Amino acid sequence: MRGVSRWIALLGVLGLVAAACNSDSSTAPSGGGSSASAVSSIGPTEGDLNLIAWVGYTEDGTTQGYENYDWVTPFEAQTDCKVSVKYADSSDEMYNLMTSQAGQWDGVSASGDSSNRLIASGAVSAIDPALFPDFSNVIAPLQPTTGTDNSHYVVDGNVYGVPYMYGPNFLMYNSKVVKPAPTSWDVVFETQLNGAANPYASKITAYDFPIYIADAALYLMTHKPELGITDPYSLTEDQLNAAVELLTGQATMVDKYWALYTTEIDGFVNESMVAGTAWPVNLSFVELDKPEVKAAEPTEGMTGWADTWMLSSSAPHPNCMLEWMKWSMKADVQAEVAEYYGAAASNTEACPILRDSLDKQFDFGYAVDTVRYGYCGDAKFLDALWLWRTPQSPTDYSLWTQKWLEVRAS
Amino acid sequence: MRYRGGAIAIRLASGFVLAFLYIPLAVVFLYAFNGSVAQGWPPKDFTTKWFSLAWSDPTMREALANSVKIGLAASFVAVVLGSLAAFAMHRFRFFGRETVSFALVLPIALPGIVTGMALRSAMSTTGVTFSIWTIMIGHATFCVVVVFNNVIARLRRTSGSIVEASMDLGADGWQTFRFVTLPSISTALVAGALLAFALSFDEIIVTNFLSGAETTLPKWIFNAIRLPHNRPVANAVALIVILLSVIPVYLAQRLANQGEVDRTPTVR
Amino acid sequence: MSQETIGSGSSRTGLTRRASGYLNVHPKVRLALTLGIPLLWIGVIYLGSLGLLFVNGFWRVDVLTSRITHDWGLQNFHTLWTSKVYRTVTIRTAGLATAVAITDVLLAFPLAYYAARIARPKVRAAILVAVVLPLWSSYLVKSYAWVTMTSPNGLIDSLSRALGFPSLHIGTTQWAMWLAYAYLWLPFVVLPVYAALERIPESYLEASSDLGGRSWMTFRRVVWPMAIPGVVAGSIFAFSLTLGDYILPIILGNTKLIGNVIYDNVGVANNLPLAAAFALVPVAVIGVYLFLARRLGAFEAL
Repeated sequence: MRGVSRWIALLGVLGLVAAACNSDSSTAPSGGGSSASAVSSIGPTEGDLNLIAWVGYTEDGTTQGYENYDWVTPFEAQTDCKVSVKYADSSDEMYNLMTSQAGQWDGVSASGDSSNRLIASGAVSAIDPALFPDFSNVIAPLQPTTGTDNSHYVVDGNVYGVPYMYGPNFLMYNSKVVKPAPTSWDVVFETQLNGAANPYASKITAYDFPIYIADAALYLMTHKPELGITDPYSLTEDQLNAAVELLTGQATMVDKYWALYTTEIDGFVNESMVAGTAWPVNLSFVELDKPEVKAAEPTEGMTGWADTWMLSSSAPHPNCMLEWMKWSMKADVQAEVAEYYGAAASNTEACPILRDSLDKQFDFGYAVDTVRYGYCGDAKFLDALWLWRTPQSPTDYSLWTQKWLEVRAS
Repeated sequence: MRYRGGAIAIRLASGFVLAFLYIPLAVVFLYAFNGSVAQGWPPKDFTTKWFSLAWSDPTMREALANSVKIGLAASFVAVVLGSLAAFAMHRFRFFGRETVSFALVLPIALPGIVTGMALRSAMSTTGVTFSIWTIMIGHATFCVVVVFNNVIARLRRTSGSIVEASMDLGADGWQTFRFVTLPSISTALVAGALLAFALSFDEIIVTNFLSGAETTLPKWIFNAIRLPHNRPVANAVALIVILLSVIPVYLAQRLANQGEVDRTPTVR
Repeated sequence: MSQETIGSGSSRTGLTRRASGYLNVHPKVRLALTLGIPLLWIGVIYLGSLGLLFVNGFWRVDVLTSRITHDWGLQNFHTLWTSKVYRTVTIRTAGLATAVAITDVLLAFPLAYYAARIARPKVRAAILVAVVLPLWSSYLVKSYAWVTMTSPNGLIDSLSRALGFPSLHIGTTQWAMWLAYAYLWLPFVVLPVYAALERIPESYLEASSDLGGRSWMTFRRVVWPMAIPGVVAGSIFAFSLTLGDYILPIILGNTKLIGNVIYDNVGVANNLPLAAAFALVPVAVIGVYLFLARRLGAFEAL
């Protein structure tokens, strides 16, 4: 047999030819840009439900040490939908799974940095809010028709999911080292503070994803108004470059960027980090070892995240997913999630339930009205948060990714 | 080596390298018994609770079972494909032999992320459901070369005259294979299969791309490691796996050495 | 022709014998079957998928629809070439991978030599078991062990201060990544080097010393040339595993490597074409490495 190498080459070329001839080999599922029509009825359930979720959003009582947190088993009992969950590490992975494994998943707990991309690529379906009575209790800024902060899941009047948890990206700092208590993000962004070099340089941390550029843009909204930034997620190329310049300066002061929140927790516990952007859950863990670490709400404002359960446009079990979406909006469910995860519930009826529960268990009910639980029920606070949204224009997330690489590779 | 000085230097260096190999494992060992959840140094308190927590966690057991299933299936496929390829390479002269060994080595030489992305894209265009079988396909692909190398190395050392003798005595090809060839490479197959199993068992990158809802042990560990209260459990699990694997590794080593000539040099 | 032959069972008639006979007479069919099946797997499943992936490098994503358009062109390669950052990352990763490969060879060689040529059989078996065992512990857990060891006040820092040296906070530097990678891939390097050293006939070494060569000369002229294929084969593992990794940089160190750049582009960035184009870079680098390795005979020694 001559030319075995010829056969190998031929097989490889076949792959290329197949790809070239395959006119629709895009990784996005069919469905087009905006959904044809919103799903407006829930039919009989199918018996199974495959979800993609953040760890901690779908507790079923099997987590060691937290067996009393379970909002999945009651759902399964009520709807006969057996739940399987795939935990995703990042919004990137969620997007990947929804597009490259499209017929396999029913829904996803999408964060704002990926939700718009999912909507644009047709991976998720629009739904009719009338299907979910709990929408009337959703906190005002997240309301589908009248909300002011809902562009991460409402596009062109179409509603693409149901709101779940939200939270701020606040400034976490070590109060024994960072004195006086910071009121501005300048401690993490400026290389010069009060005329001298930043004393906390080499002990700063920042979030290791391109969406963090929005935090820099938010800072520049106040400190460089001449740039004309009005929305940290809609940046022109000039504004983007200005933000990148600020971040490049910050990079010289960063000890380590955190992508996994254990990185930030470890950093604050061993004091290699003393200030940086954080989630409430990070603070909860750090506090156990270092009670002097606190949260600050800088005057420039904060970015935040709001997660939405979205229905896949190629869901194999759409009715179970719709039932799950209905279930996840219930006040008592959201209170339980908020308590376990450390976030604010979108359903305002959940806040008093949460307060009661925290009071009874830990005498901690007052925390519900602090940044720790995202000021549950406080519409003004939420309105002031710049919730994550996938940047699409004038500059696209793909460009943000490249710019972020420039910041990180410097 | 004739010179004592050289021998001593080599012994010292070997000891240092072995120590280097095992100090981090000693750290894992220490932290498997660490009382506090934060992985600070030195470890405080002593507890064995992580082991019982690990074992009583149903998700961990399921992940472990999946990893074992995938490992066995992938090693089996790798053994079949690898030995077939080894026989072909050993017995026949054909044009493009080097290209074949090149093609076989590619899945393990190219970055896992490339293999993972490529396989995932291809699989999703065919619409296949991602499950432990898709993971197995990915693992088998890069494990083939491991078995191939072991088998072909052994084939090169086996005298071809035995096969000829068998044929001369009237055995047909299948009988020769079953009674002569197979026993002579069996230990190489076992060694290759074991290494293939080990590679598959701890693989995470390709697995990340090709998995569906099922978890494997490395994915479970990755999830555990990202949650502060689960991290010590991951240490305990890793330690258990190492301890459990001592026996099969040792047995495989003994098997692989059977029939090998004693190579101890006469001068120490 | 009698059906009773050595090892024959009761039903040695017909099919198996006829099949064996046929295959005996038609070696090409035998070759097609033995070689064809694995090649089909590797060729169709693997190479085909690779081809599909790399074709994407020549296409682009439509920003408005988020879908890949079959718009053939070199725009991705243009982006990679003009933006300095991709070059920086490539050079940095290649440099790290080279350092790791060299370190691992230096570490592996004495151990492999000891096991192959000096140790008694029982000790040799014990060493080989000891080398293979760490492969069974989780890559992630071992990486986190290194995070702990290199953290401030960690093992390395404390040791350094105890010995009177300054504090060593290397956890966020490339030094930590170098150490961790060298550690993780070491068993993969020891095994081929051991295999190569084990193959050296004792008679060569005896002849060399009989001819008056001292140990260094014997090493340089006899041992090393025969070990090269194994060394190169082992270095392929260390080099390519480092070149494509994206998980360790998330956990340890503070740098993005080639793997991270590729990974970051296939997520929400939704830029598979750019990721595929950039993926060709490590593939090309490894391709060159493999080509050189083949020249040095490494494929005989894997």
